Amino acid sequence: MPVDPSIVGRSFPPTRPYAVTAEALRAFAAATGGAWTGGPAPATFPIVTAFEAMNAFLEAEQVALHRIVHGEQRFAYERPVVEGDELTATLTVTSLRQIGGNDIIGTTSEVTDATGALVCTTGATLVHRADGGGA
Amino acid sequence: MSLEPRTFTITRADLVAYAAASGDHNPIHQDEAVAASVGLPGVIAHGMYTLALAARAVADWFPDHEVVSLGCKFTSPVVVPAEGGAEVVVAGEEKGGEDGLTTVALTVTHEGQKVLGMPKAVLRRA
Repeated sequence: MPVDPSIVGRSFPPTRPYAVTAEALRAFAAATGGAWTGGPAPATFPIVTAFEAMNAFLEAEQVALHRIVHGEQRFAYERPVVEGDELTATLTVTSLRQIGGNDIIGTTSEVTDATGALVCTTGATLVHRADGGGA
Repeated sequence: MSLEPRTFTITRADLVAYAAASGDHNPIHQDEAVAASVGLPGVIAHGMYTLALAARAVADWFPDHEVVSLGCKFTSPVVVPAEGGAEVVVAGEEKGGEDGLTTVALTVTHEGQKVLGMPKAVLRRA
């Protein structure tokens, strides 16, 4: 089922604050074969919060996660994420196109800290694969 | 200036660990049957996994810099076999930048094929 075009421009409620712990940073770095030993978080770490916002959006729109393939992701940072941050992401749907029966969904999430200051803005393009198109 | 390429191996166990650490539990990164049902050639790595490897290479090359921006398109899937792993090579070219910024144009390949579209990082001295 195609995604409802009226969602373009809509912002979804902010995610619950996500506490950035040393344990979470170590686990994230280790999962990609690295090691976090203090200092700035791995650059892609804000995806944890942005992904939660995306999941909430997909659930609200009744889109099945397994039909989503990631098309594009961009981060613009105001500062690195550090241990002790409390991050919240607010997702806005910025565009929607239909190509070959797939929905191409553009989103932007603003990731803010406990003071409300912007930490990073991240844009994602999500490809929602059409029903029945599987191999 | 060319930067020393970095080679990484992604295994199924890595994808399980990454799903837990990132919260991305999309089954196309774990389950062959689900991946096939949406037309994928097999279990694929999270695009963000591959981008995280690119970010690791950048952090290795420029330990005293912080990242101003980072991004890419995910143009080709990295299929991760049940046994062994998938090799990803991250190469980079350092470009001069404006205002003290350094731009790194990346090339990220798997089995000789580019898997990220125009991956790029912009850095500034921390």
